[in-house]
Amino acid sequence: MKYVMLIYQGTALERQAALPEEEQKQVYADYQGINQTPGVTPGLPMGLAENATTVRVEGGKALTTDGPFVGMKEAVGGWFILEADDLDAAIEVAARVPAARYGGAVEIRPSEVYW
Amino acid sequence: MVATLEQVFREEWGRVLATLIGLLGDFDLAEEAAQEAFAMAAGRWPRDGIPDNPRAWLMRTARNRATDHIRRDRALAAKLGLLAAGNRAEVPMKTTTFPDERLELIFTCCHPALAIEAQVALTLRTLGGLTTDEIARAFLVPDAAMAQRLVRAKRKIKAARIPFRVPPAHLLRERLDAVLAVVYLIFNEGYSGREELAAEALWLGRALAELLPDDPEVRGLLAMMLLHDSRREARFRDGELVLLGDQDRSRWNTGQIADGRAQLDRAISLGGRGPYVLQAAIASLHAQMPCDWAQIAALYSELTRLTGSPVVELNRAIAIAETEGPEAGLRLVDQLGLDDFRYLHSTRAELLRRLGRTNEARDAYRRARELTDDGAERRFLERRLTELAAVAGSGQVS
Repeated sequence: MKYVMLIYQGTALERQAALPEEEQKQVYADYQGINQTPGVTPGLPMGLAENATTVRVEGGKALTTDGPFVGMKEAVGGWFILEADDLDAAIEVAARVPAARYGGAVEIRPSEVYW
Repeated sequence: MVATLEQVFREEWGRVLATLIGLLGDFDLAEEAAQEAFAMAAGRWPRDGIPDNPRAWLMRTARNRATDHIRRDRALAAKLGLLAAGNRAEVPMKTTTFPDERLELIFTCCHPALAIEAQVALTLRTLGGLTTDEIARAFLVPDAAMAQRLVRAKRKIKAARIPFRVPPAHLLRERLDAVLAVVYLIFNEGYSGREELAAEALWLGRALAELLPDDPEVRGLLAMMLLHDSRREARFRDGELVLLGDQDRSRWNTGQIADGRAQLDRAISLGGRGPYVLQAAIASLHAQMPCDWAQIAALYSELTRLTGSPVVELNRAIAIAETEGPEAGLRLVDQLGLDDFRYLHSTRAELLRRLGRTNEARDAYRRARELTDDGAERRFLERRLTELAAVAGSGQVS
């Protein structure tokens, strides 16, 4: 079963920046650990939400706005794909993502084929 | 005959459904097949008699119904050229023994990835065998909304692949607590008047105790529910709420109190010191006259330590008021930040009334009434307010 794992930073980036160096290193190591976990296909690292451009089409015309579709705090901060047996296994991996313990969250979306 | 049939259905529904889900890996298909099997039994058994092994009959029939559905789906898929859709397995099954998979089922229904309302509804539907309308009525939700809630929950179980299993050791405690919380919530709904839900929670509690006989918290929850429920007949007189001290003790169900205490003893002998065991111990002391309020206060103290809940502190304040006087209770109450909690205000009001601070008591009763929509509780507060007005009036005369 494939899950799309969406990482939301919330306040995690600020909180991590304020950590002592050793703990910051642990954060990097933990992300690396996730990427090397069997079943994980890492996503491309995402740039800051403040550099996002959002596009809507109205009356056939593309309208762009500065910033993410949702608020800055609610924007997706990263993602990866996880192949896991069931939701419990996915929850275990999600709980290891540093953002989840520093005020952010991980959203687990089952991948589904609609066609 | 009819009662017996109902009893068999009651006992067997959860087991048959759980086994089918385990076998088919599909809630909807299992439920449909189980429903058809039970409908056939309802048609035949009154005429032909209940078979020697009703469970085997129901399982066999349901399995055959499921196989029919799968074949029909496959035939349809083949006709549409969608061969890939025909991936449901044939249904292999021994005919005489069936695994009891109700535990797997309750852990799936109470999975924390489902909203608590959905956990409650699913548990009542699958384990309890209540119909969607019955659940909707019990929770005062429109039928269609409840049906939708159940459909969505089942869809998520399938789409997100919530496992159908008893959680592994490192997750068990946490997940079992979630299951107990669902049963407790159902009981609490029943406690405030909807009796059918209290009975349902007791039934679920007994089933859990049968499935996990050595877990002290499971026993503790069952004991607590039995002990609280034993006073059901006395809690209301002509539809009006009666407080513990004013209850007619001859209407307490002594058999159920004994049963609850036996469950509590078992929980304690299993080493139980958790929140449900403590609450059961408190309920047991409440069912004993004269009440040992000092002991009750001590148990609430321990419960506060475990849960950190201000609601528990409020209960401790009531016990303290009984042992050390209303002033001491009030001091504790006034430290609690529970301004939107109706029982905070009704407790304050009661303590103020005992202290003869009538005006403050009246304000507190009014605040409690503002926060209460339940009929019997509201009427109780109204009565207190009327009594206070009488006291205030006589005070002026004398």
